[in-house]
Amino acid sequence: MELIDQHTKRIMQGCKRRARDAGLRFEDETLEYIVSNRDLLELSPKVMIPTLYDYWVHDVEVLKGKGKYELYPGNPFETVINTRPAVSFYNDNNPDWLNVMIFYHVLGHIDFFQNNLFFRHTWDYDFNGQALADKRLIAALRSEKGRWVDYIIEFARGIDNLVGFHHELYRLDRTPLADFSSRVNYYFDVFLQQEKKVSTTRYVQEIKRYNDCLQQFGDQGEQTFFADIIRDYPEFDALYRRNRETRHVHMPDLMQYLLEHSEMLNREENKWMQTVLQVVRNTSLFFQPQIRTKIMNEGWASYWHETLFLQDNRINGHEVDFARVNASVTAMPRVGLNPYALGMRLFYAIEQMADQGRLSIEFQRILDADQRRRFDRATGRGRSYIFSIRENFCDFLFIKNFVDQDFVTANNLFVAGRRLNRDRMVWEFYVKSRKADDYRQMVLDSLYHPPVIEVDEEQGQDGELYLVHRFEEKPLVQEFIANTMLGIEFLWGAPVHLETSEVVSIGAPEGKDLPAGTAATDAQENVGSVTWQRVRYTMRDRKLSKKTL
Amino acid sequence: MDAKLEKLYRKLEDDGLSAEQEEKILSELRAAGGHGVAGDKCAPEPSGQRAATAPASIYDYHDLTVLQGIAALESTYTARIRSIDELLERDRQREKDGFPRKIRVGKLIKPGRGGRDKVVVVPTTVEEKFIHDNTFRESSGEGQAGGSGQGEEGEVIGEQPVREAEGTGAGGPGQGEDGQHELESNAYDLGKILTEKFELPNLQDKGKKRSLTHYTYDLTDRNRGFGQFLDKKATLRQIVETNITLGNLPDPSNIDPSKFLIAPSDRIYRILSRERDYESQALVFFLRDYSGSMAGRATELVVSQHVLIYSWLLYQYDKQVETRFILHDTDAKEVVDFYTYYNSRVAGGTQVFSAYRLVNEIVEKESLAQDYNIYVFHGTDGDDWDTRGDKALPELEKMLTFSNRVGITIASAGGKQSEVEKYIKKSGWIDEKPDLLRMDVIEQDADESRLIQGIKHLISEKVEA
Repeated sequence: MELIDQHTKRIMQGCKRRARDAGLRFEDETLEYIVSNRDLLELSPKVMIPTLYDYWVHDVEVLKGKGKYELYPGNPFETVINTRPAVSFYNDNNPDWLNVMIFYHVLGHIDFFQNNLFFRHTWDYDFNGQALADKRLIAALRSEKGRWVDYIIEFARGIDNLVGFHHELYRLDRTPLADFSSRVNYYFDVFLQQEKKVSTTRYVQEIKRYNDCLQQFGDQGEQTFFADIIRDYPEFDALYRRNRETRHVHMPDLMQYLLEHSEMLNREENKWMQTVLQVVRNTSLFFQPQIRTKIMNEGWASYWHETLFLQDNRINGHEVDFARVNASVTAMPRVGLNPYALGMRLFYAIEQMADQGRLSIEFQRILDADQRRRFDRATGRGRSYIFSIRENFCDFLFIKNFVDQDFVTANNLFVAGRRLNRDRMVWEFYVKSRKADDYRQMVLDSLYHPPVIEVDEEQGQDGELYLVHRFEEKPLVQEFIANTMLGIEFLWGAPVHLETSEVVSIGAPEGKDLPAGTAATDAQENVGSVTWQRVRYTMRDRKLSKKTL
Repeated sequence: MDAKLEKLYRKLEDDGLSAEQEEKILSELRAAGGHGVAGDKCAPEPSGQRAATAPASIYDYHDLTVLQGIAALESTYTARIRSIDELLERDRQREKDGFPRKIRVGKLIKPGRGGRDKVVVVPTTVEEKFIHDNTFRESSGEGQAGGSGQGEEGEVIGEQPVREAEGTGAGGPGQGEDGQHELESNAYDLGKILTEKFELPNLQDKGKKRSLTHYTYDLTDRNRGFGQFLDKKATLRQIVETNITLGNLPDPSNIDPSKFLIAPSDRIYRILSRERDYESQALVFFLRDYSGSMAGRATELVVSQHVLIYSWLLYQYDKQVETRFILHDTDAKEVVDFYTYYNSRVAGGTQVFSAYRLVNEIVEKESLAQDYNIYVFHGTDGDDWDTRGDKALPELEKMLTFSNRVGITIASAGGKQSEVEKYIKKSGWIDEKPDLLRMDVIEQDADESRLIQGIKHLISEKVEA
């Protein structure tokens, strides 16, 4: 790996200036490296972080067939990594105009990394440096403990997708609560809604009454407000106090829980294992936001490389070259999902809608198609609006909020179904649905989503660990359960239980027993209904057993 | 329809066929195409109505690949830090530490012409985690992805064969020479891995040939005065002898060793010597059914299993094992090298006995039985026009008289017993002569570990329970 030459670096600096003028914000320092194939061979198993710790699995072809994204959230072929300074990688023979385009794309990513709130926890340190320290730490441990270090890494990696990423964000970036007393919060958030389960009207009435009290009595308002309540609900104060005492303490994620409570890990001679777990956990946390913002991140970068490239006066004469490369990057595939294309089109669509003032109740209320089409308030706020989207959204919110029928129709999108034609033994792809709801759901379903598995302290007795998998209409990959639990048992030092749901049977989808071809049209209506059962796996002395609950 | 086949079919029909058998035979008869050998290069995919192999998901796109065209290439493991030995050693250690093994040996051979076969070894592993199984509904055949462009709801916009088509130029199971994800090595490495697992059964001393290439080195020669390893017993004996000769040992009942006179030449050493080794010779026949019914997975399985056996033989018995390759449909023919054997396309009908007869003929004509340990591995999907084995069984019986082991692999089309399976079971030889005849029935969705297990069964000394 070597740095790009001065000439190319000057081009990069020019790109930075133009990007800043357009409103992107990023730190000044960046590093650009030329990578050879050989470098890539070493980098890609390490998810492009040159200093990532060594681990033997990096040297082996890893079978990724089943659920590869769920297993490996990091991107093995990323051009730019979220470090301080940001490091990006280039082919050594890119022509200048192509580099200009890629630089803009990279700057788009850097801007995203450094401004999107889902990356908040990566802002305060350089991961490259951190990783180097971790790598040395692990190397030192390995020289002392030998292969056991690798076992611990293996077991820790087995659960590194269960890290509490959102809790980490919450800790760092909690929205300041409005200035209410905890009593008021309790009354409106818990008491009315959960204890009394009042109707919405009643709830709104109470809010109004609260506001009236404040207005009428000023400082004494709250007291007056509660005086009435205690008259109606004498039990209120007692409940409030009890709630204060047993206020829901947030459960740490599985790794944290092991670190704090595992007797095995807390033995003096095993303390070193905790460090390994910490390293694996931090590394996993670092990669979490990247996969949760893939569509946005790529869309954002594509939006900017397109916008800025076409304004750049240094590349006159290469418009056609650019158009070719750009088209291959941002074309919507006939079947499949391209994050660049989808994200970029969404950003354009959102910008336009905000420009025309369509993201408003006023527009939402219009039902007349013609009026909708002609609606334009010329707010000129499109740009600033997409900047706020890039700051506050992740893929889920992005898709959930902005994929609407107008967008789906305008871009000719559809859900492509796949079915088996038994007559000809081919998979047929067909246009399954052009409804925005279906399209949105299809994209949402394909997003990264690790299972929620939590520790249940009440059920874990006699020092055993009890894990509960929250049911989300998806089973766990069965063949992975044994080895993962083996690892947890090792780290916990006592038997481990896992409660999860399994498919008992899937109702035969329409057409299975019918002659091929006949059932084609209504197949989508009859996705087999699934029967579930709750089961408990137990890993005891490295033996797995299963019990139906 | 081939006139000869047609005639054969009529004759069979006269003998009486069940509707099911008839259908099978006819489907093989009607299938077009001959047994070409797939070219060295993979022909371009036939264009036309064909969707992408698998719809790309949003996580299949990466900047380096998309923007800069840097291919997602994979290295050989040798280019990486660890050698296969280290990996296997690590795996053995895992077992000792009480954890399950993790390394699997993947993907296999790339035969080249003129014996320059390359085996593709991919040590693979999986990192298990708790993850959602998003595919659990797909077994029912449904699936969905994003799409864009024209088309009414319900309109079919493309299709993709369930199994990669054979005979479209993509070649046999090898799929040509591309495959940027494969790691290349040579047969040696794969053999080495497999050797840990098997050994030829019933190897007998037959027509021992002095090996020209194999030597053993051992400390067998003795030398006086100098050498690598002092043979204390022999030295002491020599010293006593010398002292008796010198008259320095007056009273045998009362020996004082400190009075011994020791000459330098009394010291007897062992020195390293090179010994030519004698080895038993083995001859292995590979038989493959390349009839029309073998299309797809069945051939893939049979061939991969034979590749495994072949690679292992190459390594373990180096030059001592000779291999012969026979393909059969209704007729059998011998082909020159593994390449042709591996890449020939499927077509035509099935008569198993033709292959057995050819083996018997070859053995007889070249009097191979005296000098060689003979092994026969036969792969088929179990279809046979000769449904009761009237012709196949006598040939098989003859074959068993000279073979050390006959291993039959049947890639079963699921559930039902195939003809070959039926008539071989009926013959009762599997129980009578478990030493000589083994049969392994594999399901079509078998994976590599299942194949290796199959080989173990075919060649193990004892029948596993």
